[in-house]
Amino acid sequence: MSPRLAWLRWSARRPAARAWGLMLPGTLWLLVFFLIPLLFMLGYSFMPKALYGGVKLGFTLEHYQRFLSPGTDNGFLYLVILWRTIVYSVGCTALCLLMGYPVAYVISRAGPWKNILVFLIVLPFWTSFLVRTFATMFLLRDTGVINESLKALGLITDALPLMPSAFAVMVGLVSGFLPFMVLPIYSSLEKLDPSLLEAAEVLGAKPFQRFTKVVLPLSMPGVVAGSLLVFIPALGSFLTSDLLGGAKEEMIGNLVQRQFMTAGNWPFGSASSFVMMAMVLVAVFFYLRQRDSAAAMGA
Amino acid sequence: MTQRIPKWLIAVAAAVYAFLHVPLLVLVVFSFNDSKYGVSWQGFTLQWYQRLFERSDIIDSLKVSLEVGLASTVISTFLGTLLAMGLARHKFSGRAVMESLLYVPVVTPEIVVGISLLLLFGTLRTQMSVDTPSLLSIIIAHVAFNISFVTIVVRSRLEGMDRNLEEAAMILGADEFTAFWKVTVPQLWPGILSGALLAFIMSFDDYVITSLLTGPGTSTLPIVVYTMARKNIEPSINAISTIILVVTSVLIWFADRLEKRDTSLARK
Repeated sequence: MSPRLAWLRWSARRPAARAWGLMLPGTLWLLVFFLIPLLFMLGYSFMPKALYGGVKLGFTLEHYQRFLSPGTDNGFLYLVILWRTIVYSVGCTALCLLMGYPVAYVISRAGPWKNILVFLIVLPFWTSFLVRTFATMFLLRDTGVINESLKALGLITDALPLMPSAFAVMVGLVSGFLPFMVLPIYSSLEKLDPSLLEAAEVLGAKPFQRFTKVVLPLSMPGVVAGSLLVFIPALGSFLTSDLLGGAKEEMIGNLVQRQFMTAGNWPFGSASSFVMMAMVLVAVFFYLRQRDSAAAMGA
Repeated sequence: MTQRIPKWLIAVAAAVYAFLHVPLLVLVVFSFNDSKYGVSWQGFTLQWYQRLFERSDIIDSLKVSLEVGLASTVISTFLGTLLAMGLARHKFSGRAVMESLLYVPVVTPEIVVGISLLLLFGTLRTQMSVDTPSLLSIIIAHVAFNISFVTIVVRSRLEGMDRNLEEAAMILGADEFTAFWKVTVPQLWPGILSGALLAFIMSFDDYVITSLLTGPGTSTLPIVVYTMARKNIEPSINAISTIILVVTSVLIWFADRLEKRDTSLARK
């Protein structure tokens, strides 16, 4: 009997074996090169620091204490970096929602233009984040298009300090993650049954009421999903604050990178990473709870 | 229809579209500007594109990027498709665990992915003297973050597919492997291809993870672009950015077409 036939016979009565046969290589890759490294990092974050970035065997909470302590450490107050990361991520999510909702709404009613409008949102979603960040730099920097144009027009003599700044970081974050907000809201608006709006109108609801009482509640799943999809990468962002913000606008991602690449404190960098991961997990947890309660209401 | 879109709403949407696309258009326009320092328009030139071909660092990094992109795309597409098949086609215990494992890479920040692999490879080197060449470690990392995305794309295709055809083939005497190759794969092909395209784009664009694992001689194109953006010496960076934009746009357009054709076929 050929091995192929033997495997077919053996697995025919064991569907789980067949599923795992297909999934084993990919699962192993994810375990060995994704999950285990994360656990490694978790382990590092609890071990005492040794020379040259390494660790000693042992258990300590000092790295987390250092991160969360209210006092400065070589001029760094890590809580400020944590707070800034949260403020930027929340601010970016709010701005994306304010800008993204109208876009999603217009697309969902654009008739023949729908496809091209969706494509114009998908396009930046997939084009190089680095190139898009550079495009923002090209506009905002001291010798950038905005400053040079204003100078040429004689409106200013010295360059406006547009970049590096919190403003530039926010522009970079919002333009980077906006598509993540538009697409889920669009897909929930797309499912909205127009007859509900007609019913509301017949029953005397004004346009504003039709929006707040019918459209908005029914698009909440999209709003929640979009907010999560923006908030998570904003929390973990590195490039935007690195290129557009500079040292004063450091976010946790930059702190982590610095601990590993220049400061050489791997356990402290690991602890900082896990503070970030903890925030991500909290966001995911809230999202899942929200989604499940929405599903329960819908059922 | 009473549901006309108010004018002000269209204006807001137009402004948001401008906010997303104007910076990129400006970048592209200035890649043709005949001026080294200023951003005033000095006439049309292709010299910044010619300059790219004279810079061996860019050519070399493009080669590295293509190597990494192709290798990681082939591996992650293969592993991701198998994972999708297992998840979509079979019932087994531990499914929920598998699903969560699949979503971990989607929510983990890139910087954490890169750092944790740096730790793994670093520890392997110092504790077990297993040296992972940086090209290999970059490919491993790219596969690790791409598998989930390929799986999600392929699985959504699989779930929309008609299983009856496969069963018909088996009733007609095909064994499961033959049914898979002759019936399932041809139907699934557009899904696999769009998964692969997205994997390639993500690998080709990645800066954060690669920058943590790169070593001498394994700079990818984004690493060189990053250095140019930092130093900002000349408009060659606009030229290379334009090329990257055009190539990825074409790939995305292609993936988009595939997906459309796929769903329209599925409806028939």
